[in-house]
Amino acid sequence: MTTHIVPAESNRQQTTPSSAARVQLDRRVPPFGGFTWTYLRIELARKLRNRRTLIFTLIFPVMMFLIVGYPMRDVPLTDTAVADGGPSVAAFIMVSMAMYGAMMSATQTGASVAVERAQGWSRQLRLTPLNPLVNVLIKMIAGMLLGLVAVIATYVVGAVSGIQLSAVQWISTGLVGWLLASAVFTTLGLMVGYLVPGENAAQVTSLAIVLLAFIGGLFYPVSSMPDFMQTIAAFTPVYGISELARAPLTGDGFHLAALANALTWFVVFLAGTVFFFRRDTKRV
Amino acid sequence: MTSPSIPAIHATALAKSFGDVRAVTGVDLTVQPGEIVAFLGPNGAGKTTTIDMMLGLTPPDGGDVEVFGLAPRAAISRGLVSAVLQTGGLLKDLTVRETLDLTASLFADTRPVAEVLDRAGITDIAARRVGLCSGGQQQRLRFAMALLSDPGLLILDEPTTGMDVEGRRAFWSAIRADADRGRTVLFATHYLDEADEYADRIVLMSRGTIVADGATADIKNLVSGRILRATLPDADVAELAALPSVDDASVQGERITLHTSDSDALARHLLTHTAARDIEITSQNLESVFLALTSEGVSA
Repeated sequence: MTTHIVPAESNRQQTTPSSAARVQLDRRVPPFGGFTWTYLRIELARKLRNRRTLIFTLIFPVMMFLIVGYPMRDVPLTDTAVADGGPSVAAFIMVSMAMYGAMMSATQTGASVAVERAQGWSRQLRLTPLNPLVNVLIKMIAGMLLGLVAVIATYVVGAVSGIQLSAVQWISTGLVGWLLASAVFTTLGLMVGYLVPGENAAQVTSLAIVLLAFIGGLFYPVSSMPDFMQTIAAFTPVYGISELARAPLTGDGFHLAALANALTWFVVFLAGTVFFFRRDTKRV
Repeated sequence: MTSPSIPAIHATALAKSFGDVRAVTGVDLTVQPGEIVAFLGPNGAGKTTTIDMMLGLTPPDGGDVEVFGLAPRAAISRGLVSAVLQTGGLLKDLTVRETLDLTASLFADTRPVAEVLDRAGITDIAARRVGLCSGGQQQRLRFAMALLSDPGLLILDEPTTGMDVEGRRAFWSAIRADADRGRTVLFATHYLDEADEYADRIVLMSRGTIVADGATADIKNLVSGRILRATLPDADVAELAALPSVDDASVQGERITLHTSDSDALARHLLTHTAARDIEITSQNLESVFLALTSEGVSA
């Protein structure tokens, strides 16, 4: 018995100097609503070690490009032959796949907010100074960073595969695709997350993304679809942002309809997020 | 500097309903700094709802609650109050240490992570994924998280659920050590033993309202003892109540009900000195006290 008591006593002595002082009641509030690099770093680390996230956002787009895009590397996209410096169909598919990765990352991020709410983590965070909006912001930034990694990974594989684009084309397609996919699909993920509570949100959004990617012409060119499908496709959320992202490839500029499509869906998803969030918090 | 006269918790006429269910109906409670208060009541008494309102997790329908003179949310932002809740979720894919690093980063001032790991007794599992931890270990992690901000008020909702005996003892000795430093502790439990052993004061809650509030010894007396029932024709209530060890006596027809602290002596007396028969002795328990107190409250 004595041998048991001795270590316990020495333990106590170790902790006493640091905690013997009386509990202080004079406290500070952290700045920036609780935004911290530690939280952002941990969010990123979580994504990078989640095998499913890596497969769907990084490996899948790269594989799809290699399977579908790479064989088309000599097929010209415009009237200018690839040998004469014109863009190839492979470049078109590369941009599409990079966007798919960014969309996947953004949507999963939005949905994870809802999943973590269902698991009670948000409630746990409400016992800290962290502002709930800052929480969503940190997760959005982490999701966008992973989306950027997906875009860069696909582009690196594309460049290594021999795709030739001007510096302006590389940067403008990548940047536009990344930012638009992040904006529209983070809000979509958030909206579905608040609409479908719990763990189902992730499954529902994944399915929605695949369907929207198909109908929006990410896996299959809209111009090859039957007429009525083309009409429908033009009104779906992937269509607008992908038209805008790929516009620099052809140099023809973009249709105002594509811009209107992207803006409209962004506003719709944002409004939906706000609406369902309010309904959800009212329910308690 | 906060003056010592500001109560740790000051709730007035707190009320909350969920649809038609009146979860909390008019709770008034003041807890002074340094007190250890047990919130004792059966499931569904409104303990958790009251705690949620103290933490700003649920807005009250009526009444008001202040923590160290501040609104709950303002107190949380300053790390003045923290809690271990039944509903608080954890991220399963984080390690124990990452969870604490993350939580610590959110506060302006915190204790070192190594210190709270040690105090909660989970230093050896710091590198383990939360999803691989047992229920008791996860509960200790929540406790460690609550210690990070070195709060002036610690609120615990059924804190030792899932802990083994050893964990329970270590947990309460850590709580005790903190109270000596001036930390206020309010914990909800439905175990009288836990309340009796660790609290200075017990607040009994039943059906959404406080039915008794007093020093632990007083409340325990209320709950301890036995109930003796017997058939005794022509019983005299006053005479029965005057018997030694009888706290309370009532008569319904030929049936007498006595609240006693010494049922053996009382039974012996009744069987040898009176015509009492059909003696039935039951131990007093929380449920019966709650029921008695609540029905008194209703009739009063």
